[in-house]
Amino acid sequence: MSQIKNSLDRMIPEGMVPYQGADAIIKKTKRKLIDEVIYNGGNKPVENDISSIFDKLSISDGMTLSFHHHLRNGDGVINMVLAEIKKRKLKNMTLAPSAIFPVHEPMVELIKAGNITKIYTNYINGPVAQAIEQGFLKELLVMDTHGGRPRAIESGEIKIDVAFIAVPTCDKCGHGNGTEGPSACGTLGYAIPDLLYATYKVVVTDHLVDRVKKVDIDGRYVHYILHVPSIGNPEGIQSGTTKPTRDPIQLKIAKNTAKLIDELGYIKKGLRFQTGAGGTSLAVAEDISHIMKEKNVVGSFASGGITNFLVNMHENGLFEKLYDVQCFDLEAIKSYQKNKQHIMMSSSEYANPYYPKPIAHELDVVILGATEIDLDYNVNVTTDSFGHIMGGSGGHSDTAYGAKLTIITTNLVKSRLSMVKNHVRTITTPGETVDVLVTERGIAINPRRTDLIKKLEHSKLPLMTIEDLLKKAHDMTGTPKEKINQGKVVGVVRYRDGSIIDCLYQYQGA
Amino acid sequence: MRRSLLFIPANTPAMLQNADIFDADGIIFDLEDAIQMSEKDAARDLLSEYLKLNTLKDVELIVRINNLDSPFFEKDIESCLAWPIHTIMLPKASYSAIEKLDGLLHKFEKKQKREMMPVIPIIEQAKSLFEVDRIASHPRVAALLLGGEDLATDLGVERTREGEEILLARQLVVYAAKAYQKEAIDTPFTDVSSKEGLSYDAEHAKRLGMTAKACIHPIQIDVINETFMPSQKEIDEAKRIVELEALAIKNGKGAFSMDGKMIDKPIILRAKKLLERVKS
Repeated sequence: MSQIKNSLDRMIPEGMVPYQGADAIIKKTKRKLIDEVIYNGGNKPVENDISSIFDKLSISDGMTLSFHHHLRNGDGVINMVLAEIKKRKLKNMTLAPSAIFPVHEPMVELIKAGNITKIYTNYINGPVAQAIEQGFLKELLVMDTHGGRPRAIESGEIKIDVAFIAVPTCDKCGHGNGTEGPSACGTLGYAIPDLLYATYKVVVTDHLVDRVKKVDIDGRYVHYILHVPSIGNPEGIQSGTTKPTRDPIQLKIAKNTAKLIDELGYIKKGLRFQTGAGGTSLAVAEDISHIMKEKNVVGSFASGGITNFLVNMHENGLFEKLYDVQCFDLEAIKSYQKNKQHIMMSSSEYANPYYPKPIAHELDVVILGATEIDLDYNVNVTTDSFGHIMGGSGGHSDTAYGAKLTIITTNLVKSRLSMVKNHVRTITTPGETVDVLVTERGIAINPRRTDLIKKLEHSKLPLMTIEDLLKKAHDMTGTPKEKINQGKVVGVVRYRDGSIIDCLYQYQGA
Repeated sequence: MRRSLLFIPANTPAMLQNADIFDADGIIFDLEDAIQMSEKDAARDLLSEYLKLNTLKDVELIVRINNLDSPFFEKDIESCLAWPIHTIMLPKASYSAIEKLDGLLHKFEKKQKREMMPVIPIIEQAKSLFEVDRIASHPRVAALLLGGEDLATDLGVERTREGEEILLARQLVVYAAKAYQKEAIDTPFTDVSSKEGLSYDAEHAKRLGMTAKACIHPIQIDVINETFMPSQKEIDEAKRIVELEALAIKNGKGAFSMDGKMIDKPIILRAKKLLERVKS
């Protein structure tokens, strides 16, 4: 495969659009939209087995099938479809699930046998990731962002033949939501582009009712209802209550992150804030909530995946609204059910670079993680330090681009490895969109942000260069030999604008 | 300034690696209670390598050695004198143990022509409390640490949140320490999940006269530092007292008042001590 270099000096397959800068393409191109596929508003045919859906829609070799990941590691819908593909011995199928989890292990066999030859997704870990990094997928894995996926779907770049949309509750018209029923998962933001633009839409439910209380899935777009005994395992769908970390190192990182945000003057009326569901992120939110209370500050909104912790902040009057693309725990689901200020957003409304004012672009502050960060502030959340595929951007690149202040928090050293590198193994998020790195041993500000550096001139926070942090880490760990990406390309990391920011390589061994 | 002292087991690489990031004023590398008998040599070796490879700045480095009657005592002392540490902590302290430790240290120090290594004895036995003033009077002793858990075991009583079972011990340690201008360090609060409990315990100890507190988890450090840090109001008041004293001396006055209150010698001394602590 011949390759060319993109603007970050990464080799990418020739013929693909190279990454040219975070907004280089967005600024010079317009939103491309295919027509929405609306069916009708009446009752929809209800089928009881997947086989008849395949028959009715003539699902055949080479088609593209899509799925959302709101059922997370409890999802039963993808595996249901995989079993039918296997039974029918379909070949060269393309899958476009918004994420792939360990529960989707049955996909491995179909990849190896050539039933599935192409995959688009935003996040992947577990056995399927392992099979792909070993080179079993015939075509390249395409790793999108949460905002890039709706862009690719609405522009027709990913042409979905049939979208299988898991809906925890729906009525006979196909109207549905994710908050009722035994498989309740909360909001269904990632399913919306598939619902609007796929050629055929099948809602898959285990809770068919006469009337739904809330309509998040508009039945007018739905062609078929597949009513099955179960769409997933609730234990894998809902996590327990998410809590801030109690790990002292992460607490230290969180404390300094909150102090930094405060010193930079972002904790003020109207704050628009996003953080993840991880323990450190929630600890930052906890510290910020104390500062907000002390200063009597009411923020405008918190967004992203919503957790019990953010729900509490909202209910305690610290944020006016919650914009929710997916609920991370039971309390978030309950809140979305009852609270009108807890608002679902589609993945397009959340982060599509071409959507007018997506929430990600309205953010003041976002707190993100990293498996690696390099001296140019490029961040890797797709592969680990050995090159194993174990994640993906999700909303990382989208929010990093959109927020006024993008903070990466990570331990400087994990398992005797420095998390700061000369060069990250895989670039997921470009360094030009990252402003600050906070570790337990110091805080580094991207030299591009001279405004932040000036504001922190008299700060007592442990500020240093990222080079100093790398040196501190190497003083502890020794200087490791960095692996060079080489060998067979098994996938590409596609930036939110559709350009290729990096490649994924066949695993070469640790 | 000693406000918080964090115990770290010397045989845990992950904890050693991050020992210096938590803003503790002192780190106590533990070779004693936290280390199983079979791990004693390994812990000493690991700590040795750690201290060789890492330069820890702006923090007091203390090693809790094994007690006088243990077979590890002398090896621990030899190691301590080879390490770049500041202080030795002696468990199950008695006056005779301090004397013996002093003798040994003196011998090595003379040979190595090095400065005197200070010692913090742990007062954790009922009988130690009856000689705590002698222990505090020893020139090698820099501070006293109350070991509340072992003391409660010795007394055959349960430790409580209120701490009334160690009230006398706390007071005796404070009195002895103050009598010889040494620091009084309070026993750790062992319920690491209770920030509120820690706060109560630290405040209580401070009111009794303790000047610092040991802890067993990094999560406790902030509360302890905040509790034992003089408030800005206290610092400002102390500064004013010292300034007014200087003015009084200049004007040939013996006593003076501030905000309608008579300021006498003990108050001036306390103000000066507070400013010294803040400065250090």
